[in-house]
Amino acid sequence: MSAPDWTDVCALDAIVADTGVCALIGGRQVAVFRLRDGSLHAIDNIDPFTGAAVLSRGIVGDRGGVPKVSSPLHKQSFDLRTGSCLDDEAVRVSVHAVRVHDGRVQVAVLRAGAQDAVGAMPSVATSSR
Amino acid sequence: MTSSGARPTVVVAGNGMVGQHLLDRLVELGAYERMRIVAFGEESRPAYDRVNLSAYMEGRGADELSLWRAELADQVELITGDAVVAVDRDARTVTSASGRAIAYDHLVLATGSAPFVPPLAGADAPGCFVYRTLDDLDAIRAAARDARTGVVVGGGLLGLEAARALQHLGLDTHVVELAPRLMPLQVDDGGGAVLRARIEALGIVVHTGAATAAIRCADGRVRGLEFADGAVLDTDLVVFSAGIRPRDQLARDCGLAVGERGGVVVDGQCRTADPAVFAIGECASFEGRVYGLVAPGYAMARVVADTLCGGEASFAGADLSSKLKLMGVDVASFGDAHAAAPGAQALVWHDAVGGVYRKLVIDVTGERLLGGVLVGDAGDYALLHQHVQAGQPLTAAPALLLPPAAVAGAGRPAGVEGLAETATICSCNNVTKGAICAAIAADGLSTVAQVKACTKAGSTCGSCVPLVQRLLEHELEAAGVAVDRSLCEHFPHTRQELADIVRVRAIRTFAELLEGWGRGRGCEICKPAVASILASFHNDYVLADEHVGLQDTNDRFLANLQRDGTYSVVPRLPGGEVTPAQLIAIGEVARDFDLYTKITGGQRVDLFGARVEQLPAIWRRLVDAGLESGHAYGKALRTVKSCVGEAWCRYGVQDSSSLAVELELRYRGLRAPHKLKSAVSGCARECAEAQSKDFGVIATEQGWNLYVCGNGGMRPQHAVLLAEDVDTATLIRYLDRFLMFYVRTADRLERTATWLNRLDGGIDHVRRVVVDDALGLADELEAAMARHVATYRCEWEATLADPARLAQFRHFVNDEVADPTPTYGRERGQRRPLPLLVPAGERDA
Repeated sequence: MSAPDWTDVCALDAIVADTGVCALIGGRQVAVFRLRDGSLHAIDNIDPFTGAAVLSRGIVGDRGGVPKVSSPLHKQSFDLRTGSCLDDEAVRVSVHAVRVHDGRVQVAVLRAGAQDAVGAMPSVATSSR
Repeated sequence: MTSSGARPTVVVAGNGMVGQHLLDRLVELGAYERMRIVAFGEESRPAYDRVNLSAYMEGRGADELSLWRAELADQVELITGDAVVAVDRDARTVTSASGRAIAYDHLVLATGSAPFVPPLAGADAPGCFVYRTLDDLDAIRAAARDARTGVVVGGGLLGLEAARALQHLGLDTHVVELAPRLMPLQVDDGGGAVLRARIEALGIVVHTGAATAAIRCADGRVRGLEFADGAVLDTDLVVFSAGIRPRDQLARDCGLAVGERGGVVVDGQCRTADPAVFAIGECASFEGRVYGLVAPGYAMARVVADTLCGGEASFAGADLSSKLKLMGVDVASFGDAHAAAPGAQALVWHDAVGGVYRKLVIDVTGERLLGGVLVGDAGDYALLHQHVQAGQPLTAAPALLLPPAAVAGAGRPAGVEGLAETATICSCNNVTKGAICAAIAADGLSTVAQVKACTKAGSTCGSCVPLVQRLLEHELEAAGVAVDRSLCEHFPHTRQELADIVRVRAIRTFAELLEGWGRGRGCEICKPAVASILASFHNDYVLADEHVGLQDTNDRFLANLQRDGTYSVVPRLPGGEVTPAQLIAIGEVARDFDLYTKITGGQRVDLFGARVEQLPAIWRRLVDAGLESGHAYGKALRTVKSCVGEAWCRYGVQDSSSLAVELELRYRGLRAPHKLKSAVSGCARECAEAQSKDFGVIATEQGWNLYVCGNGGMRPQHAVLLAEDVDTATLIRYLDRFLMFYVRTADRLERTATWLNRLDGGIDHVRRVVVDDALGLADELEAAMARHVATYRCEWEATLADPARLAQFRHFVNDEVADPTPTYGRERGQRRPLPLLVPAGERDA
């Protein structure tokens, strides 16, 4: 198990409540949202329906209590906690870890595709239980 | 690792798309709490989107295609780079290539298929590839560096995808197909001919009816491809895409039955002869058939997940009808596409000039649609497919369904009840009025969100949503159901009610309104709607902290979002007038930022391809040149188009351009339920096309005629005469009242034409309010407009003066580099975006 690899993104104050920004983390575009309730969420920034790097510019809100962002291109909504598209169950974006450390927003990209995929996932413990 | 005893263990052999779908589904059903789930994947990486392999070739990262999700690691043990190589059904254990042995209670085979490589001499030489995995693509890409020519053997769907990839790598690309046409399974000869012409127009050389005899090699690598007739095609690289073979060896080795054409035999629960062993996807054979599409594989995965969780779902086969876009060409095939049914008859539209082929297969009685092939124009695929599935006699002559929509003509405008059942309501998703009405009745739908989810109507560009809403209300009213006109789940009010609340209670922020009259956090429906209402009545700066998160991206960045994530910029040119100095300034900005430049229909100049971080610098220069925001991005007044009028024109009877400038400057920045367009014509010849606008003015000898509620676009509607021969002061008074009345009472995204069609009393009611002041609202409406006019400020000028706002105009918050996603070519001397990598729907896997 490797520890999460946190990258500094910006000051917390740099994100207006209920909006998002886009961060570049090791070549990957990550949309980081700060909600009015104080929670932070990070998902991929590329809209899987169009390929455009725009999700950070979507409107955040909720559907039935599920916090979500709506793509600015064609308005599909994505669950901010899981990355699932709420309008098309076959589609999802990746979710990444995000935290505030000394007033700074930090993101750790959760990588899939590593040689040992299970072991490479930060912040999740796995073993045969 | 061994089974932990208490919880049953499910082992999934194979981590392709279908295997992964099973894992997702099991997790979704909560199975991981009751079962230990172990999955083996042969490739070094977890499952990825194989349907979009070509996206990888065009630059999408492997991790972007990944279907694995971090949180699954808690719930599933995925072992990558290690395949199951043996199954002991008596001991109920599997053994992997690396020697792992795991006991199972349930085993699911999801080993997929392998590409079929024809047994040709030289087919295993360096330079020969298949097109199946990311590793295959890496190998092809590496080989393409030293290659000039590439040949794909196989002209099916996957072969054409591979050809697209080779072409993208810069190779002279050939496709060789044994059958007499491309995509022989899906289309017929006529469709194949049109498809071929369109593929060839893209620069790919197509060889059909061409049998490959051997691969020629020299110096230990591929040099050419030899046809059965002896001809030779020089090539450096060969990709085989000649079909798939189920990977069923595990099942054969442990004594499970396989089908005649391969594949593990399964029943409706996807169970093999051994009740503890299931098979899904392309390694399974159901009723003698192996499904080479991802959708049936997904359906099988869901059946197995359900069965393992105690459910009773079953797989009953799958419809192989499909519609896809291949290198920009629509191809659809549905039902009895090859007219195999006894007595089947075909109608054919073969337009070699336009590149459109359509064939409809009709039954022996001439009454029922059995299937068809559509190439180049499959716009009405959904409708036709629906007819096949319904199996009912057609209500119209089949010949009327045959021509493409562009030839057949659009439906009639007007109220929804006047639309034909076959009228297309949503042209993005080919949803007809009939389909929507049927869904409303059959599934008891009562909200637009449900109609969108169920029919997809309105789920893409959204321009038809108001029409869908009307249709829904009409259908529900007809059925005697109370109609819910709530804006969305967060507000049990209509837009008009919310506008009244904001006005009467002097609400200034969304948070205030949500707290007092709504629930939840809001969404992309209510936030922009409320932002628009707040802007209409208070005219506050839209990018203020409390408003910025409410704005659609266009309003948030004060520019129009384009498909590649960049923006377009439109300065206001009131009445379409522009000084030479301003035109030069615009041209210089366009040149310096390499913006694609186009004249709009509204007599303005649109500059495309501006990156978000370039917008402030672009606007700095435009504002310095005396230009201001054109609000092309807003649901607001766009343009007041004009002719030159009596100043220059020998027919003009009034000064139309001066009036147009006056009106545009008066109403600029007015946020409304939808965009507003206007025009002023200097005589009855109507060169400015005022009768197609939300408000249009036509000069008369005596003054002005005022027309309102016209519309161009998808459902053109002529504007209606509201007042005749009025002077300029009266005209402006009426317009102030009319616009504010519309702003107060229309629904969200309801254009004036739709609003008028819905209003009880129609234009007479509007005239009573605006001209006769029957409701006593005139003073109030005029005062509201006067406030707007007095408080107007160019949003770009305000933004340029606000460093905190300017700081928001960047793509990466933590890096200065530009968004690398969009790429460009050049066309007719200007920049043109290359297509982004758009994931597609179901495909041959």
